[in-house]
Amino acid sequence: MAASGCFGYGVEYADVVDLSSLGAVVTKGLFLNAREGHPAPRIVETPAGMLNAIGLQGIGARRFVDEKLPELRARRATVIVNVCGTTIDEYVEVSRILSDAEGVAAIELNISCPNIKEGGIQFGCSLPGTAAVVSAVRKVTRLPIMPKLTPNVTDVASFARAAEDAGADAVSLVNTFLAMVIDVESRRPKISNVVGGLSGPAIRPIAVRMVHECRQAVKIPIVGMGGIANARDVLEFMIAGANAVQVGTANFVDPFIWSKLLDGIGDYLERHQIARVADLVGTVETRQAAHEPM
Amino acid sequence: MPVDVDAEVIANRALSSDYNVLALAAPQIAAAAAPGQFVMVKPGAGFDPLLRRPFSVFEVLRDPRGAPAGLTILSKRIGPSTGLLYDARPGDRVACLGPLGRPFTPVDAPAEAWMVAGGVGLAPFATLAESLRARGVKTTLFYGARRSAELFYLDFFRALDVELVLTTEDGTAGERGRVVAPLDRQLAARPASSGVMVYACGPEGMLAAAARTAMKHSRPCQVSVERIMGCGLGGCYSCVIPMRGDDGKFHHVRSCLAGPVLAADQVLWD
Repeated sequence: MAASGCFGYGVEYADVVDLSSLGAVVTKGLFLNAREGHPAPRIVETPAGMLNAIGLQGIGARRFVDEKLPELRARRATVIVNVCGTTIDEYVEVSRILSDAEGVAAIELNISCPNIKEGGIQFGCSLPGTAAVVSAVRKVTRLPIMPKLTPNVTDVASFARAAEDAGADAVSLVNTFLAMVIDVESRRPKISNVVGGLSGPAIRPIAVRMVHECRQAVKIPIVGMGGIANARDVLEFMIAGANAVQVGTANFVDPFIWSKLLDGIGDYLERHQIARVADLVGTVETRQAAHEPM
Repeated sequence: MPVDVDAEVIANRALSSDYNVLALAAPQIAAAAAPGQFVMVKPGAGFDPLLRRPFSVFEVLRDPRGAPAGLTILSKRIGPSTGLLYDARPGDRVACLGPLGRPFTPVDAPAEAWMVAGGVGLAPFATLAESLRARGVKTTLFYGARRSAELFYLDFFRALDVELVLTTEDGTAGERGRVVAPLDRQLAARPASSGVMVYACGPEGMLAAAARTAMKHSRPCQVSVERIMGCGLGGCYSCVIPMRGDDGKFHHVRSCLAGPVLAADQVLWD
């Protein structure tokens, strides 16, 4: 799947990628109304990663349904909409609009954006908040609900469990890590929002650990992400416990990455004589290997 | 439709201790590129630097029969990516995605084209000058740099009959000062009845000054902007620039899709 915030509304990539070949297009986060987001500069590169604070610029749920969804449907894309809210009522209202629209496969609840003051992460950093958003949206939609979890908590597995208990059909993780970059010459932050979310290969080992922890805490599917840049990274997430994965930052580097990932996974399965990639999920062997006598 | 070429470096010519012209074997992109369009370039396959960088297509290289064989980019060394591009050697590979973005809209004679370039902002004007010459448009290049040694490709433009108006900050060539000063004077001296299209590319302060100057003299102006860009395809929303929308309100517009060439009077420069 193409990760939210890294693939526009999907239509931007229609000339580059066969959208129907993706597991899903996860759209840029949508509030009820349009938002302009933060001023530039919005990103800065870091070692093996990048920091972003876009500020959830977006066209709002209704315009998405009217202007973007028809083309996504025509391209036979599986569409997961990333739903944002500053209040629980807003999450509910946006989810209702999307449930009434034709062509939405699932809702990813964005309770984890680190870059705006209200909403999002204030729910995602509190167990009751997470449960409240999920159960409120649960009441108004039959679509599968997948809260996207923040890694900016002490025990991410407890949030996965809270989401599962509140009726989530899956969880996705991780969103970005809150981080900061300063220009030492000017002593100013390098992005306008001062702080932003760190993504890219630099965060992958932390994300893999968090997926592994969540796999032991919940039964619902886990969609893993965080720094995936090649097929081995996909396999690592799946072996850690992810049922599916999203790719974000790497799509910026290589918009043609998708077929390369699939080819690499296919080669691995053939080499290891594994019939289905699903057979790999959560198969990490963590028991201590017996030490060979010296 | 953009293509991604794992392009071989054909040549790399240092113009100064900071500037270089890198020639890439990307014939498909060269054939499709219109003046003002850009490519997203990444030297090396590693994670540091991670992202591609945007560059205007500087020149389209042609084989002896005139078919596009490659393109060049004009680069100024300011960080790790441009450092790698400065040091690239023939035979190295550079990922090159393009052509991307909206090109310049060429003007028709008898109107004249006045191109305003600051430093590495010269990049989109080589192909624009060729295209304007093919259309029989009289073209002037206002070109400013820090010093005379950083004024490049003057003979290239002279060969296209482009009139040159040069400025340097240290006064070592042309007029001392900023490039917008002679633009302002010459626009003031020009009768309103004779058409001029202003094209500008350079640092944002210079672009704002060029745009204001063109507007002051009621001349249309197209600017090629450069913002920090993540993907070049509209996916990341990094490269936004504030612009006035059709509704009269301010909007953040992605310069990779709506630009890099934008109508100067729509951009909110403050």
